[in-house]
Amino acid sequence: MSVSRRNFLRYSAATAAATAIGINIPETVKAAASLAEANWKWDKAVCRFCGTGCGIMVATRNDKIVAVKGDPLAPVNRGLNCIKGYFNAKIMYGADRLKKPLLRVDENGNFSKTGKFKPVSWKRAFDEMEFQIRKTLKELGPTGLGIFSSGQYTIMEGYAMVKLMKAGFRSNNIDPNARHCMASAVAAFMQTFGIDEPAGNYDDIEITDTVVCWGANMAEMHPILWSRVTDNKITNPDRVQVVNLTTYTNRSSDLADLEIIFKPNTDLAIWNYLAHEIVFNHPEVIDWDFVKKYTAFTTGFVDIGYGMRTPEHKNFSEKEKETVKHEVSKELSAAEGKSLAYLGYKEGDTLEMKNRAKAKVHWEIPFEEFKKALAPYTLDFVAGISKGDDSESLKEYKSKLKRLAELYIEKGRKVVSFWTMGMNQHTRGTWVNEQSYMVHFLLGKHAQPGNGAFSLTGQPSACGTAREVGTFAHRLPADMVVNNPAHRKMSEEIWKLPAGTLNPKVGTHLMKMHRDIEDGKIKFAWINVCNPYQNTANANHWIKAARDLDNFIVCSDVYPGISAKVSDLILPSAMIFEKWGAFGNAERRTQHWKQQVTPVGESMPDIWQYVELSKRFKLRDVWGAQEIPGLEGGLPDVLPDIRELGYNPNDTLYDVLFANDYAKSFELPDGESKNELNTEAKGDKRKVNGADARPWEGYGFFIQKYLWEEYRKFGLGHGHDLAEFEAYHKVRGLRWPVVDGKETLWRFNSKYDPYAKKAGVGEFAFYGKALKSIARGSLTGPDASKGKADLKNKAKIFFRPYVDPPEMPNKEYPFWLCTGRVLEHWHSGTMTMRVPELYRAVPEALCYIHPEDAKSNGLKQGDLAWIESRRGKVKAHIETRGRNRPPKGLIYVPWFDEKVFINKLCLDATCPISKQTDFKKCAVKVFLAS
Amino acid sequence: MKGLRKYRFLILRRLVQFTIMLLFFGANYLGWSLLKGDYSSATVLGSVKLSDPFAVLQTLATGFLVGTDILVSALIILFFYTLLSGRMFCSWVCPVNPVSDFVRWLRSKLTIKKKLVKLPGWVRYWVLGLSLILSLIFGVAAFEAISPIGFLHRAIIFGAGVGWPVVAVILFFDLGIVKNGWCGHLCPLGAFYSLIGNFGLLKVKHDVDKCTNCNKCFQVCPEKQVLSIVGVKSGLIISGECTNCARCIEVCDDSALKFSVRNMKKIKIFS
Amino acid sequence: MGNKGDKISRRGVLGKVTQGFAVLGFGGFLWGGALRDFSRADLVLRPPGALPEADFQKACIKCGQCVVACPYDSLVVAAPGDGVPNGTPHFIARDIPCYMCTDYPCIEECPSEALTVDMVTSDGKASINNAKMGLAVIHKESCIAYWGIQCDACYRACPLIGEAITLELEQNEQTKKHANIKPVVNSDACTGCGICEHVCVVEKAAIRVLPREIATGEVGAHYLKSWDESDENRIRSIKEKKESNGDIHSTLDYLNNLDGLIDE
Repeated sequence: MSVSRRNFLRYSAATAAATAIGINIPETVKAAASLAEANWKWDKAVCRFCGTGCGIMVATRNDKIVAVKGDPLAPVNRGLNCIKGYFNAKIMYGADRLKKPLLRVDENGNFSKTGKFKPVSWKRAFDEMEFQIRKTLKELGPTGLGIFSSGQYTIMEGYAMVKLMKAGFRSNNIDPNARHCMASAVAAFMQTFGIDEPAGNYDDIEITDTVVCWGANMAEMHPILWSRVTDNKITNPDRVQVVNLTTYTNRSSDLADLEIIFKPNTDLAIWNYLAHEIVFNHPEVIDWDFVKKYTAFTTGFVDIGYGMRTPEHKNFSEKEKETVKHEVSKELSAAEGKSLAYLGYKEGDTLEMKNRAKAKVHWEIPFEEFKKALAPYTLDFVAGISKGDDSESLKEYKSKLKRLAELYIEKGRKVVSFWTMGMNQHTRGTWVNEQSYMVHFLLGKHAQPGNGAFSLTGQPSACGTAREVGTFAHRLPADMVVNNPAHRKMSEEIWKLPAGTLNPKVGTHLMKMHRDIEDGKIKFAWINVCNPYQNTANANHWIKAARDLDNFIVCSDVYPGISAKVSDLILPSAMIFEKWGAFGNAERRTQHWKQQVTPVGESMPDIWQYVELSKRFKLRDVWGAQEIPGLEGGLPDVLPDIRELGYNPNDTLYDVLFANDYAKSFELPDGESKNELNTEAKGDKRKVNGADARPWEGYGFFIQKYLWEEYRKFGLGHGHDLAEFEAYHKVRGLRWPVVDGKETLWRFNSKYDPYAKKAGVGEFAFYGKALKSIARGSLTGPDASKGKADLKNKAKIFFRPYVDPPEMPNKEYPFWLCTGRVLEHWHSGTMTMRVPELYRAVPEALCYIHPEDAKSNGLKQGDLAWIESRRGKVKAHIETRGRNRPPKGLIYVPWFDEKVFINKLCLDATCPISKQTDFKKCAVKVFLAS
Repeated sequence: MKGLRKYRFLILRRLVQFTIMLLFFGANYLGWSLLKGDYSSATVLGSVKLSDPFAVLQTLATGFLVGTDILVSALIILFFYTLLSGRMFCSWVCPVNPVSDFVRWLRSKLTIKKKLVKLPGWVRYWVLGLSLILSLIFGVAAFEAISPIGFLHRAIIFGAGVGWPVVAVILFFDLGIVKNGWCGHLCPLGAFYSLIGNFGLLKVKHDVDKCTNCNKCFQVCPEKQVLSIVGVKSGLIISGECTNCARCIEVCDDSALKFSVRNMKKIKIFS
Repeated sequence: MGNKGDKISRRGVLGKVTQGFAVLGFGGFLWGGALRDFSRADLVLRPPGALPEADFQKACIKCGQCVVACPYDSLVVAAPGDGVPNGTPHFIARDIPCYMCTDYPCIEECPSEALTVDMVTSDGKASINNAKMGLAVIHKESCIAYWGIQCDACYRACPLIGEAITLELEQNEQTKKHANIKPVVNSDACTGCGICEHVCVVEKAAIRVLPREIATGEVGAHYLKSWDESDENRIRSIKEKKESNGDIHSTLDYLNNLDGLIDE
């Protein structure tokens, strides 16, 4: 196969000449030519973008990424990609890649909050960070620090930061952008199953007969999965049915046999209609064997607020208070009068939000109670409140709902319900997630091939990092939580910490992080692999707080975006293929890649940034007694116990957390990877002057492998088993739990899941351990006299009622605003807006509106319009045609475009259980910008 | 002041030429609405439409039945220039005029006297006729397709191509080949307005009693043949080829030339 | 003398006229040749509502008012050397396509009816959706959607999504579990706005808008679709041709010539 130099010249010339004049040259000659030209190297990696987790092959030449191709061996995509994936190679070298640390300084070069950004050395950057952290620790203690973490961290990055924050600084104030994305799914998984993440996997797509999308425009957001849905549909056009439940017509409607346009928030009612249809009209289809053996009926409180602050907060405008007052009490609408009748309420009553603090509490109820609560959800009632398109007749809409029910109910018909942000970004997100399991459980259609409720994930490692590693305010790795003493104990053992080091008080969730910065409770924040100042609702508040108050915000990023702009220090990060890493996708598939190229400029991998900071703090700085607001007695002084562990107070966090004996046991060179780049471990050809102003030469041990192997210990034997580091470099990802080298396809199903089999309770076992001991009670509340229910190996069937969202259109703000994404751009667009082709395809966010709404508001196609809510306003161009077609009364504006900063308008109300913001509904007006 | 008086019409003409061009330019680039379009057709204040009657005539010659709107808009201009004496377009509006004026000034400074080629003044009428014939044959407005006036103003107003080659061609042609070659000998638009100019009302009047035969007017006039009565008899400079540029009035130290309105009753066709 | 003078002057006049016509002829040929070149517009995309190209070129007065009116700066005035008759308006879809304003300001501004609402009126209703500026044509080999990449950027950007561009679904031969989702242009609905060409994400657009004249074929009037009655409309306006009286001699010549028919 070798081609000599002389031949190469000849072949190349032949190809060039032939191409120029359009001759076909024989394939063999062509192959030889391209081989000779290819002095590049191919290696496997993962697509940078969404939660689908497509495998790609990356070509490098002269230490640069030159091309990508779909990985034909990757089971998810088998060599195909969507257009974002197609452009993976082009996100690397945008003209404005951040290449040097930048600090706001005054004329004298001192940090100044009002200064202008100037390039500084890494040492200067770390000096300033150290100074600011010490200042904050002195003033506010560990809770004065906050980390904006991410579902786009590599697994090892997320793990390193969690360890630094929770074990090092003893602060739980770390919360990911996944809070905006998957928190409701997580809360529902934990409440329903006691363990996170979907039971099924993508193979369900090929096996099922019915795909129902609930608030998931898969065609644009999960294109590769959608092409699998499409293939299944066209291969079995009569059998396979596709349903799109959505609040506006979108790209996924194209394939749908049934499109149901519903009014925002009424998905709650539609799920209950399905349950009503099953329980009242088709009781024969209830899979009683399954229900009785593996589930229990439960419910929770209704008066739980909407995750907002109460109206007395000084920074609320009068306009904002019109909505925020509902956090305290709400007058019940006609629909709520019916849906809450089971609690004795009627239309016009005031619902006092008395159980805001007990939103998560739930208890077991008898089936009869469950049935009673479902009684109002007749076809008439639900169709009446949920029909979303004025131009559709009620009769037709009803027939669609009936058809939907038939599809779920039909004996032998396999059904997969997919959802993403529509159900997660919801002030009752946890509820509506739980409702999906309710319907699937009643029918016994869950955790089987082709059957199940399947929460799709948005980000490439929302599952792998944010959830599995636990970069949340309340979590530890492998589904453990900080407020469980046993979990803390286990973590302290793995991390070799003195008992009592870990902070038992749940930290601030993402929304609260912004609020705490506004309230001066957090004064040092570090943004990791995310863009929180663009991606958070009600942005005016948070941007103001970041810029106007006395605080210090650090942003590690690859390109400048809004978050970088509002920060005080910007750290240039290495891009995905410039470091070793791993992502975990929505089907529990963990996929690793190697560093392919040297980072650009002076940018450095995020792990390096975290670990270098850890060198600046000694144990005695952070492990003494600490005051924690709301934690009686604070955190204990654990320094007296450290000698036992072989530490001394002058050891740095680096020595203990990252360069301990176990870490150093991962020696270099390491077998097969001895020829690979590894900036963190070995340094690289650039010899960037590091945090100590000396050329960076590497840690000297295989730090990524160490982090992986240590992290793995958390899940082993607990249903979260991951394989060894090396294993992932030999395969195209593995779906956890990986037991005895075998991945698990359908969890909780004894045929496929060794943990379910081990439970030994039958065909299924919902073996998740969390929240399995709960009270018993009735619809109105728990009853202590009835004792506790033990739901070991059982899942829960929740009853959750329909309620209105906190803000609905009225005369002044007549439109629903729904936000979301477009296929062409990833999240806040910092990467994809820099790919010229994608920018040209979709250069700006448009305001999609019904043509008649446009007309009646004096607007026409292409006009520039103001969109205004009680919280802010932006200008966008009017689009009455095209891919998204809202019904009357709703507009859709994607959020990728920082020029159309739509999150200024959104309401920062959250699901009170999951704390996930509802970006899908608030009230706005639209008028011509002249 | 005395010096400026010598150029009062010239300054005014340049001001009018420049303002019109600026308004067109501003309409395209800055969204002004006073005068939108270009020298072929324009809209004043978003309502009144004006069109080049010769361009419309060529369109008619192509066999295309034009609409009433554009016919009316062309008639307005036709009427306007009939009142003002047709070729006032050439000296007061046309963007090529400053170029050809410049070349004449250059010739006088360089004292170039010789003509390389001698073209009779009537050629322009043949060109006019030809442009209509070719419009008919080829189905496109023949002069509009190659008009250097169009090249130049579109280059300025719309940035469509570059204008300087046009300027250069006219410059070299006028300077080296035919004196006042383009405007005075070839331009069919000038010819068209000459024909209209024969009916014009605004004319230069000569008073032979005041004339001292100093010949200054002959030195500045781009169309010397129209001055045939100067020093011979009193009367109006009646030829349509006169552009009413008023240079002769400015330079006349004897007040022997001034603008005058023609007595309507006395108009004789082809006098 | 007088006689002679008359002769000379008559001859002189004759000469002058001849000379005049010669100049005219010379100039006319040059000018005409230039016109033929200048009026070639094979690949030009005109604003919506433009008359058929030949008429458009007659009617357009080159005032640029449509260009001024275009809110997206899509329309440009052709410059010499653009390959488009200079001074006439056109757009280059890959640069800035026609965004199909619903109130078509370009047409409204046209003084000469070179752009006319009639051209976007169908069944008595004027709509920009009736515009026929060109026709999008897909080069399948460079269209990554035909490779199996989940692109359909053109489809999603199409103002007449689902009408002018529809999707054709077929199983991907390599993976056997993904579908290729391929854009297909429907020439009845395509307005030729060029947004598809503009957004196409490959280096040189795989979907391009061509003038309808060039992008469309035409079937002869001698064959009709039996399965589509409306196809008869196609030949309604056809005039009957005169029966041709063939030359009997050529028939006879053919019949009488046995050369080469029999081997010798």
